[in-house]
Amino acid sequence: MAGSNHSHDAAHPEAAHADHGSTKSYLIGFALSVLLTLASFGVVMSGAVPHELMMPGIVLFGVAQLVVQLVCFLHMGTSPSQRGNLAIMLFTLLILAIVVVGSLWVLHNMNVNMMHPTSQMMPVE
Amino acid sequence: MFGKLTLDAIPYHEPIVMGTLAAVILGGLALFAVVTKYRLWGYLWKEWFTSVDHKKIGVMYIIVALVMLLRGFSDAIMMRLQQAMAASDAAGYLPPHHFDQVFTAHGVIMIFFVAMPFITGLMNLVVPLQIGARDVAYPFLNSLSFWLFVSGVVLVMVSLFVGDFAATGWLAYPPLSGLQYSPTVGVDYYIWSLQLSGLGTTLSGINFIVTIMKMRTPGMTLMKMPVFTWTSLVTNILIVAAFPVLTVTLALLTADRYLGTHFFTNELGGNAMMYVNLIWIWGHPEVYILILPCFGAYSEIVATFAKKPLFGYKSMVYATSCIGVLSFVVWLHHFFTMGSGASVNAFFGITTMIISVPTGAKLFNWLFTMYRGRVQFTVPMLWTVGFMVTFVIGGVTGVLMAVPGADFVLHNSVFLIAHFHNVIIGGVVFGVFAAINYWFPKAFGFRLNEFWGKASFWCWLVGFYLAFMPLYVLGLKGMTRRMNHYANPDWQPYLIVAALGAAVIAVGIFCTLVQFYVSVRDRKKLTDPSGDPWGGRTLEWSISSPAPFYNFATLPQVRELDQFWEDKQNGVAYVQPAKYEDIHMPRNTGVGVVMGAFGTVLGFALVWHIWWLAAVGLLGMIGAFIARAYDTDVDYWVPAAEVERIERSRHARLQQFQTTQVAPVAAPSRQKVA
Amino acid sequence: MSSTALSASHGAFDDVAHGGGEHHHHDDGSKTLLGFWIYLMSDCLIFSGLFATFAVLANATAGGPSGKELFELPYVLGETMLLLVSSVTFGMAMLNMHAGRKGQLLAWLAVTFVFGAGFIGMEVHEFAKLIQEGAGPDRSAFLSSYFTLVGTHGLHVTCGLIWLVVMMDMVRRHGLNDATRRRLSCLSLFWHFLDIVWICVFTFVYLRGAI
Repeated sequence: MAGSNHSHDAAHPEAAHADHGSTKSYLIGFALSVLLTLASFGVVMSGAVPHELMMPGIVLFGVAQLVVQLVCFLHMGTSPSQRGNLAIMLFTLLILAIVVVGSLWVLHNMNVNMMHPTSQMMPVE
Repeated sequence: MFGKLTLDAIPYHEPIVMGTLAAVILGGLALFAVVTKYRLWGYLWKEWFTSVDHKKIGVMYIIVALVMLLRGFSDAIMMRLQQAMAASDAAGYLPPHHFDQVFTAHGVIMIFFVAMPFITGLMNLVVPLQIGARDVAYPFLNSLSFWLFVSGVVLVMVSLFVGDFAATGWLAYPPLSGLQYSPTVGVDYYIWSLQLSGLGTTLSGINFIVTIMKMRTPGMTLMKMPVFTWTSLVTNILIVAAFPVLTVTLALLTADRYLGTHFFTNELGGNAMMYVNLIWIWGHPEVYILILPCFGAYSEIVATFAKKPLFGYKSMVYATSCIGVLSFVVWLHHFFTMGSGASVNAFFGITTMIISVPTGAKLFNWLFTMYRGRVQFTVPMLWTVGFMVTFVIGGVTGVLMAVPGADFVLHNSVFLIAHFHNVIIGGVVFGVFAAINYWFPKAFGFRLNEFWGKASFWCWLVGFYLAFMPLYVLGLKGMTRRMNHYANPDWQPYLIVAALGAAVIAVGIFCTLVQFYVSVRDRKKLTDPSGDPWGGRTLEWSISSPAPFYNFATLPQVRELDQFWEDKQNGVAYVQPAKYEDIHMPRNTGVGVVMGAFGTVLGFALVWHIWWLAAVGLLGMIGAFIARAYDTDVDYWVPAAEVERIERSRHARLQQFQTTQVAPVAAPSRQKVA
Repeated sequence: MSSTALSASHGAFDDVAHGGGEHHHHDDGSKTLLGFWIYLMSDCLIFSGLFATFAVLANATAGGPSGKELFELPYVLGETMLLLVSSVTFGMAMLNMHAGRKGQLLAWLAVTFVFGAGFIGMEVHEFAKLIQEGAGPDRSAFLSSYFTLVGTHGLHVTCGLIWLVVMMDMVRRHGLNDATRRRLSCLSLFWHFLDIVWICVFTFVYLRGAI
């Protein structure tokens, strides 16, 4: 018990900012996530979606589900208490994009120029 | 039972290695005997090894870094000697496989086990003091980071005597570092020592970001933070963003070597260029991780010894942040020649030229800070001026190589070697020595000897130019790096000069050691009773030297940049509070040492494929960690009376000092400085 | 492997704040949560390296089986649902924690553990089947990167399960106090974060591979 000898009055640490969701927000997040997951798998498995729309489809539903879970489960938002975390996440996304897109670009270019056996690969993003 | 480990792993037939081993064993025994004779084990364990005090952890980082500097520098001397000898018919004294290990070990040690701990140590020592905090955000984690770093050091040192080290160059490019071409344990030592210390680095990066974001003293907004703290913040952000990529890259190489995967092999679709790509995504930010805190230290030193506020504080902050982001989009300039097309090369060439702009802006800031100031040429200031001249040369040759066409000529030549030593020695090493001379009194309570400090500086400066300017010439003449032997006798004179330069640097290092010895011997004479030996501007100089273990008895209120300087100008520095309060402090813990020890065991066992021992190491680490989580007795309170006693004696000493001074150091000059 | 890195760091922040914590007497666990969030972001970048590698090597099947031939999407959908349910049950656990209901908290944590363990069980079974079919990580660069990416996620979930057990035991012994709440909050972030990584895995590895 870290704070035992000088415990503060607040009953629990996060009381100050009530950003820990409610049953309702979790259930909404869950329902949306299930729907979006089924939609993603449906795009590929149903056979009803034209081939060239599959990739955009799954990316769209995937990103939508990312947002749903960030908001409903991780309680991301623009409230002052969350702004710092949001900024850190955006910076991370920038680095992430540089790593993934940069690697694909550089390696694709190199494979083509150096006639690597896998030079027919396609960038995913 | 012992995996691949047999008695043959000890290189009996290598006289140089065995000689070193004998020296290390004798030295170790002597040290052990001294520590035992003076009954220091308990003191070291209680006051240092288990300490979670950021100042002590910082000092330990720097001590280990100095020891490793000696190791890395002996590798350098060996290389210079070999290349000075091995022209045309002469073979030199190092066989190729040994030479390859020497240059690999030199690079790995100098970057990971000298430069990194110097930087981490400085940040540990200085950042909490500059922001008015009593410790870092996670003191136990800080201790753990240090001991994980030490376990990496131990593995590298063990590799010298048991088995061998990588012979691949400091970044261990596959397929050379793959199992097929490097079947011995050398690369495994490389991998595990970097993974262990890299984990420590990442954890301490997180620690410092939270410390700086959350623990600044009241009133210190981001734009009132000292520049060194700013550069530390950006450096730690870079650490947390870049080191995961190194972890992944090395993990994939490990999988290739241990699990038979095909990430970077020549068969079954493996792509070695992906390794080169990934490791430089980490590698380029890494060089900025090293240099940025040094830029911060130079900024503090210039402002202090020019007795002027830093010129362009805001531009300094923005330049640092720009460099932080840009450092992630230049990595390909390390492999322009490896097959990318013109568009890719052009993009990365241009970003590389752009990143030199904010760096140039910083140089102007330092110059304008000195301009019309009354510059005191103390030891830290000498290093700073030496840096400004040297670093510009290194920067210019760097921009030269940023032109892809020029790089096709210079890639992998000793011109490149000269360039990066020019920026790393001229930037990082000079910065670290400047910072050590500058902040030493805050850690120990006495200044370092000036004469030997200046001697060290001049030796390093002259030695550096002697050692590396010839390499620029040789690079243009076409000499490639990492040569054990060369046929062209025209190169030899240049390499002899370079070897002489290395010898002069050796004298410089010797002077530094003498400087420490002489300063400890004369510590009474060099004592710093005021806590502010240089007439400093930032908060760390407002408290006593050495800083009390709780740093600040009362948290200082900050209203402007350089608050302490303003307080001295207004005569309100050193005001004692009416009443002291209890201070909450973290308790020391040995868990970091235990986890580091298990980490060493884990790494050693993995290197030699001793799986049961690896399991012991891993479970030991996890177990110790979980046990720590159950420990509830991790903090204590320093009673107000105790704080008051310490502070009263500090102020008594201060007053006695001020009355004996004709012009009190505490308030050096009241006139406005132009 | 980065297993040491993962296992050693995943729980690092849950116990840190009590070390240095309350200097200013108003520590509300925010320092710990910030640190843990930054750790998660660095973990995110570990995955970014693995995703980049997978993307680069996705077509390097070297004459071996491709994703289209190997992946069974209904099975993956099952795994996904297990993880998703475990995410929401962890949410329920957290709501009970905030309400101070220790018994229900433990019950929901146990439910979460069951679903998480089910996910790991399915993944181990899937891996074993692939290796049996001769499509192990040493077959091609594509399979190397597939096993490493999905396996690293699995390793994280396993670490989460160990942490979950430790926390259940700690709550039982110490009750709900500042430290256990703080650590559960971190674990909750960790758990939801793994679900988010999994969305990227099933989208870019399985679904894209099956197109």
